[in-house]
Amino acid sequence: MRDHKGNAITICNMENVDPVGVHTGDSVVVAPSQTLCDKEYQMLRTSALNIITELGIEGGCNVQYALNPDSFEYAVIEVNPRVSRSSALASKATGYPIAKVTAKIAVGYGLDEIENAVTKKTKACFEPTLDYCVVKFPRWPFDKFVYADNTLGTQMKATGEVMAIDNSFEGALMKAVRGCEIKLDSMIAPRIQQQSDAEIKKGVARTDDQRLFHICEALRRGIMTIEEIHEITTMDTFFLHKFQNIVDMEKELATAEVIDKDLYLRAKKMGFLDKTIEQLSGKDISGVKRLPVYKMVDTCAAEFEAETPYYYSTYDEETEVKPASGKKKVLVLGSGPIRIGQGIEFDYCSVHAVWALQKLGCETVIINNNPETVSTDFDTADRLYFEPLTPEDVTGVVNAEKPDFAIVQFGGQTAINLAAHIEKLGIPILGTPAWSIDAAEDREKFDVILEKCGIPRPAGHTVMTEEEAVKAADELGYPVLVRPSYVLGGQGMEIAHKEEDVREFMKVITRNKVENPVLVDKYMMGREIEVDAICDGDDILIPGIMEHFERAGVHSGDSISIYPSINIEPKHKETIIRYTEALAKNLAVLGLVNIQFVLYNDQIYVIEVNPRSSRTVPYISKVTGVPMVDLATRCMFGEKLRDMGCGTGLHPEGDHYAVKVPVFSFQKLRDLDTQLGPEMKSTGEVLGVSTSFREALLKGLIGAGFKMKKKGAVLISVRDSDKQEAIRIGERFEALGFDIYATSGTANVLNRHMVATNAIRNVDEPSPNIIDLIESGKIDYVVATSVKGRHPELGSVHIRRTAVERAIPCLTSIDTASALLRCLEGDIKIENCEMVDINTI
Amino acid sequence: MKKAYLLLADGTLFEGTAVGYEGQSIGEVVFNTGMAGYQEVLTDPSYYGQIVTMTYPLIGNYGINFDDYESRKSWVSGFIMREIAEYPSNWRCRLTLDEYLKEQKVVGLAGIDTRALTRKLRNAGVMNGVIYTEGLEPDEQTIAAMHAYVVKDAVKSVTCEESRVYPAEGEQKYRIALYDYGVKYNIERELQKRGCEVVTIPALTPPEDVIGKFDGVMLSNGPGDPAENVEIVENLKKLLASNMPIFGICLGHQLLSLAIGAKTTKLKYGHRGVNHPVKDLDEDRTYITSQNHGYAVVGESVDPSIARVRYVNLNDGTVEGVEHIGRPVFTVQYHPEVCPGPMDTSYLFDKFMDNIAKAKGGAQ
Repeated sequence: MRDHKGNAITICNMENVDPVGVHTGDSVVVAPSQTLCDKEYQMLRTSALNIITELGIEGGCNVQYALNPDSFEYAVIEVNPRVSRSSALASKATGYPIAKVTAKIAVGYGLDEIENAVTKKTKACFEPTLDYCVVKFPRWPFDKFVYADNTLGTQMKATGEVMAIDNSFEGALMKAVRGCEIKLDSMIAPRIQQQSDAEIKKGVARTDDQRLFHICEALRRGIMTIEEIHEITTMDTFFLHKFQNIVDMEKELATAEVIDKDLYLRAKKMGFLDKTIEQLSGKDISGVKRLPVYKMVDTCAAEFEAETPYYYSTYDEETEVKPASGKKKVLVLGSGPIRIGQGIEFDYCSVHAVWALQKLGCETVIINNNPETVSTDFDTADRLYFEPLTPEDVTGVVNAEKPDFAIVQFGGQTAINLAAHIEKLGIPILGTPAWSIDAAEDREKFDVILEKCGIPRPAGHTVMTEEEAVKAADELGYPVLVRPSYVLGGQGMEIAHKEEDVREFMKVITRNKVENPVLVDKYMMGREIEVDAICDGDDILIPGIMEHFERAGVHSGDSISIYPSINIEPKHKETIIRYTEALAKNLAVLGLVNIQFVLYNDQIYVIEVNPRSSRTVPYISKVTGVPMVDLATRCMFGEKLRDMGCGTGLHPEGDHYAVKVPVFSFQKLRDLDTQLGPEMKSTGEVLGVSTSFREALLKGLIGAGFKMKKKGAVLISVRDSDKQEAIRIGERFEALGFDIYATSGTANVLNRHMVATNAIRNVDEPSPNIIDLIESGKIDYVVATSVKGRHPELGSVHIRRTAVERAIPCLTSIDTASALLRCLEGDIKIENCEMVDINTI
Repeated sequence: MKKAYLLLADGTLFEGTAVGYEGQSIGEVVFNTGMAGYQEVLTDPSYYGQIVTMTYPLIGNYGINFDDYESRKSWVSGFIMREIAEYPSNWRCRLTLDEYLKEQKVVGLAGIDTRALTRKLRNAGVMNGVIYTEGLEPDEQTIAAMHAYVVKDAVKSVTCEESRVYPAEGEQKYRIALYDYGVKYNIERELQKRGCEVVTIPALTPPEDVIGKFDGVMLSNGPGDPAENVEIVENLKKLLASNMPIFGICLGHQLLSLAIGAKTTKLKYGHRGVNHPVKDLDEDRTYITSQNHGYAVVGESVDPSIARVRYVNLNDGTVEGVEHIGRPVFTVQYHPEVCPGPMDTSYLFDKFMDNIAKAKGGAQ
């Protein structure tokens, strides 16, 4: 940080566990640096301050270095003269609010004039000092994108991250791993344990998301020495020894005659969960069990008394939890790392819930482990626990804080998964009860409720095995939708057109052990409609009905979504309101509920009910002006919607259209098929708002990165079922003056229907073929919906990947292509679009 | 693994693991908040008589090398950390911290709640304590000695017996007399780098041996209560009268302030770390400094006709430096020579050089 007076300070220094070559966003990072002596550290610090001074920056700056591990030689890799991704991490790691101080510097304050918000006694002009160890662990999407290239390099692939704080590196690393929600509680990865020695060695040499676990397994089996691993990976032996410590502890636990207090405590200090200690040792540990203490993150290593209750757990002696204020205390569970399907939307909800609770006079406690969020700002909740969201970690906090209530419905699946545990701890859950969440997910229970309400749904079955799935699919008739229950973002959800597909998907789903059943449903290709509602027990309020541009089959998170809807008849809206009310009441919803419908053959079916907040809550709250989280929170405290001033039933539709367009990161994830389907793939979204639908759509598409070219060439390659509709798409492109290219099948159909099309050879035919055409740079848009496949070797996947890598917009559904055309056909230009103040609509 | 303990004057007992030398040692328990730089801390003579607690939990990560010593040995009375690195990693590493502590006969204690200890010292102030290895429990006499302990004759204990000459790097410009009150090597290095031949002289060297024989005088850092150094203060009065350029650091700053009639006071828990902001009131600039002191000059006691307080601590407003009026003399409480710590204030050595150049110009 530097101010206009020239005062310059460093906030945080971090060291990557992975050597140079792995993007820092994909590296395990530790703060402060561990293997640098003072001379080395000061050398880099001085260099950084010289850079910020020479550049004349007023505010924050991030400098990345490569340091030769065998000399004082160093090189600057990158300078970001701004607040960066690392700034959020640095702020959370140190307690120093970088963005806030930057803002104050921007309006002319000097660092020596800005208060240190943590101590309230000292100034912002000082360098935070840590008395704990911080580990950041990336959250990669490869659990969802099983065919994407998972090697790590200079292109960042992680979608999110977790941060963990402890007194030891081992403890912080283990907290980070178990908080990452990758189905691991420790460094033991069951899938890797099954591999052969040769595979393990290969894994150590391969720089990917699994390498750390391969290294641990190699150490566990003793098939490689630390020196050998260091030679191959060039990871510092300091860290490798730490991994060895963890592995040694696993062995000590496994071979111990008895788990005494000393061994238990040593294991806890290394971050082992009670559950893991019990599993490894097979011993009863009830006699030695204890809970952690909580220490404060205070920027100054306890040199000054801190005012902000920002805590982390550790197995030490003294706890620093402040006494209760006497107000009603409510625990809000956060949503963990940002991943596909569970993004920042849930943090929006958690933060708004905290604010609503504070307005209601409650003291709020938040648990979360995501450094990128607002919920983990030390001044959002009254008390912040930077902890993994696992049952044991939550138990510790509950025991330390003794909250009166807990709220789980805002923290996405992460928090929902903890509902039963919280109840077991005797903490009443505010709002919708845990049984209701279960009833919405459990096929049989849900069917009972639907039957009771007289609401139809696509036929389906619950299965546990591959054979059962195949049988169910045969019975329902293809295509069918296959998905695991209790997941967000349609994780593992696929449309199966034939038996092979069912078998393939079941293998992927059951790769990790199956705890929850798999659902096989009849797939209906209709219009998808989504509703978020608030229920107070008596009334419901639906702020808005959203319509998806793409037909069912594209995950709601990946579809273009429109509010207010444009294609839904009043009679269907009435049905939707009726169904929503019936479902909310029968599921005892108190707070938020999200329901997805499909309109198929003039009938409304329910696809899915989620009695919790959803990813569209921020969107619909913003465009309707209905503060959904605030209202939902008040409902939980017994207030009634009819007294809140926002009305009940369906909220009147506004005169603005709001179009949500998903944003993808396909260019960064190699080998991933860009074909949209029931499993979510987008990593973000944008909103276009206007009084005209077409303008709102244009704003959305441009915001999402689409280039609007009014002429040029389009390449069309569609599956058989789309061929009829492709004619209309072709005509529209032709009318705009586009040259049209298509693969033989598509070209035949188009030409037959008087759309002049150049037929080109397919991927498997000799060059020049379709790939050469895309690479020639002649093509401006690609419409490619052909056979769904996940294997990167498939022709259709190759077409889409080539387009993505050439940065050519690739539309994988006829509906998306149609949306784009609507914008190209008009004479609107983004420069002429009206500006809309979202606060006034 | 053997156990080790820290017994504080208030009766608190911390139990941990024995590291380093096995023994028993009495001292004043202080804490240092630097995250790196333990090797420099261990060898800084200003820690004489003190049991040092590192607030950063992972200590010894990069081991001990043979280049970063700040004096010929370790002076601490004991060393406390949460976790000691068994397997350090750094290209210059020659010894593990444990090996070095053993070699230097420093009693070590690891595995305690160092934050709890730090909070105690912050709230109650620095406190005496005895650190000991299992089996070497203190008897009543030792405990009484612990209670009665004060750091005494500190400067005499750490200063050199004979003067040493350090040649200038490159062309020699000036000759500097460096009073060794417990000097850190890097003060010598900073002066050598700037073309000074440095003669490090014992703390009680009479001023007559210095006046007129050197171009400037450097007063080093050092341990203990400044007020106990009555003879040195008298010597400094004579030096001041000579109008020679003088630069004082830490204890040197305190002693020279005493020489102009100012007073010193003991701080509750001192400043020990590498992140202390110091404001230069003349320039309206704040610098991050390395600090290690338990005493400070009382601002109001500085006679404004002789000197003025130019540098203050931004956190607690204590005096961080004094500029003398009408003389080429200035002193700072913090450590521009760093090691460990940020190098942001090394320009003060340049300022000292400028003062010497001006004084020489005037003399010619």
